[in-house]
Amino acid sequence: MVAKTLYDKLFDSHVVHEENGTALIYIDRHLVHEVTSPQAFEGLRLANRKVWRVNSILAVPDHNVPTTNRSTGVAGIADPISRLQVQTLDENCAEHGVTEFKMNDLRQGIVHVIGPEQGATLPGMTVVCGDSHTSTHGAFGALAHGIGTSEVEHVMATQCLVQKKSKTLQVLVDGQLGNGVTAKDIALAIIGKIGTAGGNGCAIEFAGSAIRALSMEGRMTLCNMAIEAGARAGIVAVDDTTINYVKGRPFSPKTEQWDAAVAYWKTLHSDEGAKFDTVVTLNAEDIQPQVTWGTSPEMVVGVDGKVPSLDLAKNEVQRSDWERAYAYMGLTPNTPIDEINIDKVFIGSCTNSRIEDLRAAAAVAKGKYIAPNVKLALVVPGSGLVKAQAELEGLDKIFTDAGFEWREPGCSMCLAMNADRLEPGERCASTSNRNFEGRQGHGGRTHLVSPEMAAAAAVAGHFVDVRTF
Amino acid sequence: MQAFKQLNGLVAPLDRANVDTDAIIPKQFLKSIKRAGFGPNVFDEWRYLDHGEPGMDNSKRPLNPDFVLNQARYQGASVLLTRENFGCGSSREHAPWALEDFGFKVVIASSFADIFFNNCFKNGMLPIVLSAEIVESLFQEVEKEIGYQLCVNLAAQTVTTPSGSKYSFEVDSVRKHNLLNGLDDIGLTMQHQDKINAFELKHQQTQPWLFN
Ligand code: SF4
Repeated sequence: MVAKTLYDKLFDSHVVHEENGTALIYIDRHLVHEVTSPQAFEGLRLANRKVWRVNSILAVPDHNVPTTNRSTGVAGIADPISRLQVQTLDENCAEHGVTEFKMNDLRQGIVHVIGPEQGATLPGMTVVCGDSHTSTHGAFGALAHGIGTSEVEHVMATQCLVQKKSKTLQVLVDGQLGNGVTAKDIALAIIGKIGTAGGNGCAIEFAGSAIRALSMEGRMTLCNMAIEAGARAGIVAVDDTTINYVKGRPFSPKTEQWDAAVAYWKTLHSDEGAKFDTVVTLNAEDIQPQVTWGTSPEMVVGVDGKVPSLDLAKNEVQRSDWERAYAYMGLTPNTPIDEINIDKVFIGSCTNSRIEDLRAAAAVAKGKYIAPNVKLALVVPGSGLVKAQAELEGLDKIFTDAGFEWREPGCSMCLAMNADRLEPGERCASTSNRNFEGRQGHGGRTHLVSPEMAAAAAVAGHFVDVRTF
Repeated sequence: MQAFKQLNGLVAPLDRANVDTDAIIPKQFLKSIKRAGFGPNVFDEWRYLDHGEPGMDNSKRPLNPDFVLNQARYQGASVLLTRENFGCGSSREHAPWALEDFGFKVVIASSFADIFFNNCFKNGMLPIVLSAEIVESLFQEVEKEIGYQLCVNLAAQTVTTPSGSKYSFEVDSVRKHNLLNGLDDIGLTMQHQDKINAFELKHQQTQPWLFN
């Protein structure tokens, strides 16, 4: 028998039909949020089509919801256009009978946090969502694709996605991560190495002892960032860590289904000797806490590094990219990273807002206070359940005592569609995934870091090496 | 979906690599629940000097004279020429909607981000990959000649310059067929309804927990 990659196994087991190398693959789980779904529901309505399998869909408003007081419900969303979008999701879900965790449901949160939390993301599944960071769900040994709105409509109507098989890239990270070095740093180090187009159109499988040692939260952070390397999907093989995480969640297999499910899930790894189109290796010991300095996740260096100078650019295109980035970020080449002062801190987003992230940030902030130059330090839990758990552990108190604000769950300042945002020129240490121009607010300057590094920067007022903090 | 066959179009050069979908259409405009009307806000942060919000009268906003699409010679462009990894970042289909609404039918680059590339085809737009060298030479030619047009022929898979140089490009045969004929993906997939039903039944028997 031919040795298969995990990607091949997942893809092949979902092919409904194949013609000229283009396949229809069956979709097991469809996650839906308010921003990329209204036009899809509208399309169904106009064509008089029905949803193929309603119970494959789980919907949640996350991008637009306020993270402050929600006691007045959807009607209380100040921005009328945001409000309409959230209302439209509620109406569409009600009309089609789709399960939705509404804004004030305890289970509401960022779509990529709640899927796994509910057991709605399971090993072996195909998962789609009208959102690029759907790659997150690959952490479970699932094939997860971010799709556009036309495809959202297509999956709703047919339960299938038109796909060609991707090339495969194996990223092998062996060795042991140093103290204070996290999955986020692995992700940024990989992107620093291969570039934001380095995984273009590929399915990346993350493997190696350092990946095996990661918790599910860490694996989700890593797969979440796979899209920032241009990948079509990020995957990690199933092991006991995966199975233990999944057990007992609301959508997980029922008791009588459990053994059969586990037996199948245990086959979800690349076979010995399986061939990948490309292999990239990193040594875990070499990875430092990372800080992005520019306007693309590949513009990244270790915390003890400097803003690179132009002579290090690999070609003309990169030179002009870097020049534009210096200007936008208000930085000069050769500035040491730990001399960069910040104005705001954001701990949250589908990359780093799970309980483990909050614990790690709280451990750094405990007993300290944010620096006087830090105008705002936000902690936005990934879901209502994460928030409740954190409060049970007293993390909210640690944060608020240290001068951080403790908010309601949602995407928040990851993309600043709600009221949380940077003002022009403001500089932010952020645990999110994108540092594009204007991402966190018009003219805002984003530096991507891990939760530990963000908390340390909040206290110091500038970036610091959390390992010696 | 609208069919795409052939186009003789004015070319606008956007000389940047890694143009992300946040830049193509900033998030504040994603709050719309419609598909149309994004054109006036395409590249909003670069095109205007002020900060744009939905509901503004865009005709009254101060234009950034340095931004290429604001220059007189590129008015009416339908071909966007740009650099590598165009359309990276968010999956928002609002990006091709905005480009299309503005008037672009073709985007030429040395590479594209995957989801954006895919989204173009769903909206009657043609993304074309040409080598970095060819893209570079096109940039130089556009720069030199006011009114520079390219002729794009999807059936023949060629891009022809005013001086007659012809470059061929690759396109997936299924996508080409659908685009040439303006076929709706959902309709095509529905032709395989029986197969989907059969697959679903089998899938449910082997992995019942997926259907809980
Ligand atoms: S947290 Fe940020 S990246 Fe994640 S889904 Fe929300 S907006 Fe997208």
